[in-house]
Order: sequence, then C-alpha cells, then structure tokens
Amino acid sequence: MSEVTNYLCIGCPIGCRLTVEHEGEQIKDITGFACRRGRDFAEKEHTDPRRVVTTTVTLAGGQNIARLPVKSEKPVRKSEVPVICQKLQNMVVQAPVRIGQVVLPGATSDGINVVATRHVATS
Amino acid sequence: MQTTCACDVAVVGGGPAGLAAALGAKEGGAARVVLFDREKEAGGILWQCIHAGFGLHHFKEELTGPEYAQRFLDQARAAGVEIMTETFVLGIDADRRVRTLSPAHGMQVWECKAVVLAMGARERTRPAIHTPGTRPAGVMTAGLAQKLVNIMGFLPGRRAVILGSGDIGLIMARRLTLEGVEVEGVYEIMPHPGGLNRNIVQCLHDYDIPLHLSTTVSWVHGRDRVEGVTVTPVDSRLQPVPGAKGRFISCDTLLLAVGLIPENELSLQTGLALDPATGGPVVSSTMETTVPGIYACGNVLHIHDLVDYVTEEAMVAGWYAAGAVDGRRPDTIRLVRGPGIASCVPHTLSNRVEREQVIYLRVRQPMENCRLHFGEVFERRLRYAFPAETVRVTIKPEVLAEFPDGDLTVYLSE
Repeated sequence: MSEVTNYLCIGCPIGCRLTVEHEGEQIKDITGFACRRGRDFAEKEHTDPRRVVTTTVTLAGGQNIARLPVKSEKPVRKSEVPVICQKLQNMVVQAPVRIGQVVLPGATSDGINVVATRHVATS
Repeated sequence: MQTTCACDVAVVGGGPAGLAAALGAKEGGAARVVLFDREKEAGGILWQCIHAGFGLHHFKEELTGPEYAQRFLDQARAAGVEIMTETFVLGIDADRRVRTLSPAHGMQVWECKAVVLAMGARERTRPAIHTPGTRPAGVMTAGLAQKLVNIMGFLPGRRAVILGSGDIGLIMARRLTLEGVEVEGVYEIMPHPGGLNRNIVQCLHDYDIPLHLSTTVSWVHGRDRVEGVTVTPVDSRLQPVPGAKGRFISCDTLLLAVGLIPENELSLQTGLALDPATGGPVVSSTMETTVPGIYACGNVLHIHDLVDYVTEEAMVAGWYAAGAVDGRRPDTIRLVRGPGIASCVPHTLSNRVEREQVIYLRVRQPMENCRLHFGEVFERRLRYAFPAETVRVTIKPEVLAEFPDGDLTVYLSE
C-alpha cells in the first residue's frame, strides 16, 4: 500500500511543494518540483534528511568578538544537529583563527568536520 | 582642524551593498574609491548572519554571512578600494561633499565626483508597531538578539516569543533553540508568513516551533523584566477579533521581527526624492538618485530578501558612479505601479541601451500562476508570487527598444 508524504523544497526561494509517493522507504514517484534540485531534495529529504549546521563557539582572546561562527563542512544528518551543538557548547577556541580552520574534527558519526567561518585576530 | 580631501567615488557604508558598489566603481575605472564605515571592520550585518544561504546566485555555492563578507572584503582590498573604518559620516550635500569624523583623521571633508549611498536599514521597533502593555526589559529586535548571541556571547533570555515572521525572526527562532533558549512560538499578524518558505521549513518545522498566522501580541506583561505576553487573533483588517479571548504566554523575552526601514537620514540632506512605496530614494536604471552624481543601492534603496541581489544592484550603482559610460543619458521611460504591484525599483528605464536592465518588484498578495505585464510590450509568467519575495525581472535591450518614451504600467493579472 503506497503512502504520500509532502515536503517543501528549501533549494531556492520558490519553495516548491513536493509530493513523494512511497511504500515505506521505497520511493515510487516524486512530483511538484520545478527543477532537478527539487527532485533531488525530495529524494534526500525522504531517505536521509541533512542540513548544514551553523552555530557559534566560545572564543578566547579574539579581537572585538566573543563568539566564533562555525559550520559543518557538509550537510549532516538532521538527527545529529543537536548532538553537534551539544559537543560545541563547552568548547573554547583560542584566537587567532583562520577561516576554514577545523574547530572540531569528525563531529558526526560519518566524520564531518566543524570549521570556522571567519578570520579572527588576537586582541 | 578640518582637512579637505578628494576622491572619484565615495561609498557611504561598508555592508554588502557598499563593498560591492566600491568594487563596481573600481571595475568601472574610478581611480580613487573610498569607502566609509562606522564599525571597526567593514562587512556590515553579514558578520552576525552566521547561517548559510548566501551566495547561491553570485558564487553558485552556499556560504555563511561571514564567509560572504570576507570574500568581498578581500576583493575590495585587492582592487585597491580604500576602506576607512571607525569613520562616521556626518553629512552629505547635493554638491557631493561628504563630511566625516574618525579617531584617526579627525574631521574631513571629501569632495567627490560621485557618492554611493549604502547605509542599509534599521529594524522597526516596538514604538513603530504600538504594542500595548508595560515597558520591561526583555523586549528587543531580532537583529539585536542576533548580535548579542552571535557576536557578543550573551543569551537574551530563557523563554522567548517571537513577533513577526520575517526572515530574521525565523532565523533567530532556530538560533535561540540551538543555543538552548526555549522558543514558544512565532506570531504573525498577516495571514501569510513574512519570510521565505525555505526558512519556515529549516528554522521552524525542523525544530517543531509553531507559527501562528493572523495573530499578534496584544499586551506585554511585567514590571522590570518581561513576565509574559498576551496573544490575540486578528481579523482581515488586522484588528483583534471582537470578543476573542487573548491567550497568556509566560516568557522572559519578546523578539520583534517586524520589518526593516531604509536608513535615509543622511540621504535626505542632499534633497533627493524618496519613494513612499519603498522608503528609499527614487532611482534611474543606473541607480542614480534624483540628485545628479549621487547613487543608492542595497537596503537603503529598498528592502532586499537576498544578499545576492544587493550585490548585483550595488555593482551596477558603483559602475555607473565611476562614470564608466560616456556622459549621463537620462531615462525616458517612467515605470508606474499598476494593480498587484507593491513596489518597483528602479523607477525609470532607458530604451536606448545595449545592456539588460534588471527590475526588482514586490507583489501585494500571494498569487499562483499569474502574469506580470510591462504595458502591452512585455509579459512574464510567474508560477508563484509572494509579498515576502522579490520578483527579479531582466529585460533585454531588443525588448526595451520597443518601449515608447513615457509612462509604462507594471501590473499583475491572473
């Protein structure tokens, strides 16, 4: 017996309403997308939903700022988003920092790094 | 003590608009381009917008705000733009004299061949929306909360209600949740969301934060600190539904994400004309205001939802400010807003150019499968149109050549 699940595409501002017809995990049909990205998003969102995590960590000795903005290098499993944030909560990064510098290596179960998203000079 | 300096193009404001305008001016051939920013570092609000989603159009990849800012800072420096930080612009006059004040140089008067206005916008505050109740601590704009959390390292409270579903409000709902603040819900007075659909999915749905449409905060409670708010459903005239009982929500923080206002205090000193529909200057297809030699771009001109469009528009402004084209060529077509169109930038077009012209529009109501008309000359189908989203239209030179001089009405139809 096939079921229908609806998703809203986050690929671009249009926000297509996507419909996935499926039997459990098995996708039968995807409709409602305006471009390839929408189709891919629906498939991914149904089987392995992921997001890029962006948050901040405590920064010591930074010029003008007290928090260092960071992101996951790749989209991580949605279920792991809170786990990563928890791991970062008690971290302290020492300035100076270069953009792209690895702040937490292998933050997820599949080994995705968390990196800095800005340069910080020392105060 | 006051010193007098000269430059080709002066850019006021170092956010995404200012940085792109300065780059555009360099590309347009200006020799001396000076950018003024009052902060310690140029980059503007991008530094506190730590989320991803920037640059999909311009760089074809998804960057965070700080990454986007860094790329433009690097490019502007490499191009030879002089970036003057901690520099406050005191005044600008119609003769393109810019008066600045800074710890490093004191008072300076800059005589400029062209000036680009890129001061951005301010957030609407509680007095702007007349929320009744007491006046305790804990009521703040979403952008201020963003600065506190992302830059300064303070949490605004423990349990928050967000009024307004603009993108900043949605982004902050997720931010606070990830930082351990409980977000009770987002309340929107309009029957439709103020922010982009993609933000509703990734910021609210992902974290099970409810969005209540056609509902507003009707009372703020608390003496020293916010103790709660009352929310009430509103009718189609945005007035509380008669007889409806409000619901009390216990919280210590109320974030306001109720819109942005273009920051034109300096612009007005030049005597330029403002468009009441956008709150920003009236501009030609070259982004020149009604005062010759003074250009505008970014949120000071009209409120944008994508930084990529800010960049695109600002590059145009800077390029023309540099005087890259031979002489000034006045536009001969005036765009008139017809049914369904809330705002439209630029305000005039030229039918004698060899380039594409870009028009940014906002619609009044959400619509599906509609048609956007430029007089009887040009039309485009739109699958969706939302008030929260800029509609960007490019018009090719051959199409423009067919536009007659005079008024051209832009309107939507089914």
